[in-house]
Amino acid sequence: MSSVNLDQTLNTAAVAHATEHHDEGEHRMFGFIVFLLSESVIFLSFFAGYIVYKTTTPAWLPAGIDGLEVREPLINTIVLVSSSFVIYFAERFLHRENLWGFRAFWLLTMAMGSFFLYGQAVEWAGLPFGFTDGLFGGTFYLLTGFHGLHVLTGVLMQGIMLGRSFIPGNYDDGEVGVAATSLFWHFVDVIWIILFILIYVWQ
Amino acid sequence: MTDLTLETALNRDQPTPGEPENWRRFFSFSTDHKVIGIQYIVVAFVFFLIGGFLAMVMRGELITPEADLVDRTVYNALFTMHGTIMLFMWTFPVLNGLANYLVPLQIGARDMAFPRLNAVAFWLVPIFGIILMASFLVPGGPSQSGWWAYPPVSLQNPTGNLINGQFLWILAVALSGISSIMGAVNMVTTIIRMRAPGMTFFKMPAFCWTVAAAQTIQLFGLPALTAGAVMLLFDLTVGTSFFTPETGGDPVLYQHFFWFYSHPAVYVIILPVFGVFSELFPVYARKPLFGYKFVVVSSFVITGLSAIVWVHHMYASGTPSWMRMLFMASTMLISVPTGVKIFAWVATIWGGKLKLSTPMLFALGGLVNFLFAGITGIMLASVPFDVHVNNTYFVVGHFHYVIYGAAVMGIYAAIYHWFPKMTGRMYYEGLGKLHFVLTFIGVNLNFLPMHPLGLMGMPRRVASYDPEFAFWNVLASLGGFLLGVSVLPFLLNMISSWILGEKAPANPWRAIGLEWLVASPPPHENFAEIPTVVAEPYGYGKNEPLIASQMTSTELV
Repeated sequence: MSSVNLDQTLNTAAVAHATEHHDEGEHRMFGFIVFLLSESVIFLSFFAGYIVYKTTTPAWLPAGIDGLEVREPLINTIVLVSSSFVIYFAERFLHRENLWGFRAFWLLTMAMGSFFLYGQAVEWAGLPFGFTDGLFGGTFYLLTGFHGLHVLTGVLMQGIMLGRSFIPGNYDDGEVGVAATSLFWHFVDVIWIILFILIYVWQ
Repeated sequence: MTDLTLETALNRDQPTPGEPENWRRFFSFSTDHKVIGIQYIVVAFVFFLIGGFLAMVMRGELITPEADLVDRTVYNALFTMHGTIMLFMWTFPVLNGLANYLVPLQIGARDMAFPRLNAVAFWLVPIFGIILMASFLVPGGPSQSGWWAYPPVSLQNPTGNLINGQFLWILAVALSGISSIMGAVNMVTTIIRMRAPGMTFFKMPAFCWTVAAAQTIQLFGLPALTAGAVMLLFDLTVGTSFFTPETGGDPVLYQHFFWFYSHPAVYVIILPVFGVFSELFPVYARKPLFGYKFVVVSSFVITGLSAIVWVHHMYASGTPSWMRMLFMASTMLISVPTGVKIFAWVATIWGGKLKLSTPMLFALGGLVNFLFAGITGIMLASVPFDVHVNNTYFVVGHFHYVIYGAAVMGIYAAIYHWFPKMTGRMYYEGLGKLHFVLTFIGVNLNFLPMHPLGLMGMPRRVASYDPEFAFWNVLASLGGFLLGVSVLPFLLNMISSWILGEKAPANPWRAIGLEWLVASPPPHENFAEIPTVVAEPYGYGKNEPLIASQMTSTELV
């Protein structure tokens, strides 16, 4: 949903007057922030649901399971959170018009995001419970899955921005696409930190 | 009339550069906010007719105590589809249409902030409309769990098919949510960032304020419904246990998700209608809007309070008593900002030089009905009363007074008021007044009897009832059929006026506002030159200029 929305936002028909280009970009960024605020409420709703379930369900963990392994997800977390700094450096390079520096750090962010997704897939494959195993299984896969979908969206957006960096004159009218992708990435990170605390730390 | 006359009639005005320059533009992926606005309004009205037809079948069923006209399961499907269509496919889209058409004109912008996104948001409406209608064709028929789709009723899947009525219902509601979020992002961005020079927030027309307040609710409320709907969908399709009590789930949590959005959703509907009232009363009473700043700020007070009232739908859902008390107080607080508005409107009309033309009649009728709905609303906010009439016709009567009596009448008022602006043609006043009389009598005849019925204890959502309820039900049914009839003069008026009506001048109502400074219908780019606003809106009788290039407001009357 988010990638579709962003793409439409970014592809919005250019206005006739060259002077309005800058405004247009600022509108897009503003609109994108409004969208992210709205999107965050879905996560907040899921979090609220998780907290209600966890505090009110008598038999929270399915039979035969005594908790989640934390080590691998912690490595994943560190990688994802660090990538927020990496993408920041990528943006700095772009500001200094060092395109190759931008591309290198941007690609590194994508690699870290992909590593996170891979790590999560490995974790999912090794878990002894499924989506339909009670509220614990349901909320675990719902939260991590919905977040994972956002990570995937972020990586795809980054791929598009990487491709666009090879279009000559792509940044003449500003860097809204890059800024929005980067903001989205920070958003996904913050959500993950809350999610990690709720699911893995608070057991 | 032949297609040819229709085509030439619509072809005449509103040249749209780069678009098919004829009536076909209304069937195209146009990015002009004015085309999209009319597209929204017309499509929504088609669904209003469908939803109204379903309601009349229900009233036909209820005219006798026995369940004889339709099967009980069909009746369940009827009230589910009626509610869903009226909310998601009539009121939201038609108000989005009005906002789309009016907001850029009123704030002095050439278009919305994101024209393509705007078009995508609109075209989702017919798509999810068709998906919802398709549920009449799947085995087992449409969802029967009501428009709020409470589990565990909504999780029963007697036919065992993956594609069932409830599945299509959730899909349609989810798409409606995506469309509304797109619209809300666009609208909020437009209002905050695209205002003409000089138009500070406190120089902005009240309608734009209310639209911003309403769309803010969409932004924080809809995601909660989406979260609940996603979980419901997983319960229904893959067998998770979020809301299924037998596997440890919590059906009441769904109610929280649902009402956290769906109570504020009625403010999404009524706030823009408040905006319409605030626009119309000054025009037809020739006085400035009384307490303009209080009126516009109270819209956002309603937005804020709307986020903390949802549990009043759940007094009977095993809610702890501290929660009931808290939400009773917050719900009653809502009457303060709405009361501010009502007093301001009455003070605006008071001593004014009233012109009782069709839009003013609809606005006055809507105000009267809203006052009544507000009084029963306060009654329902009170826990002991609500527990007593919970799930009876009293509740049905209350919210139909809000949604038909106030909102739909306000929407009619807006359509008549801005019809000359949108089409460049005048409507027929006689047909308009007939429409008003039929609607006003129909609303009260249909929905007033529901209050005594509810107090007598008649439950809602039943196809048959005890014969002691028959008298009031017959009256309500007659009112329902009258409402059906009331649409006919409206349709006749709109279609014939658009084709044959007298040409409309730029400002037929001598109204003050940026939209009345441009031709009827406005040119594609709206304004030849973006105006600079220098005065508050509604300067009736003040003889001051609204924009920098004007000498006085008399120049435009």
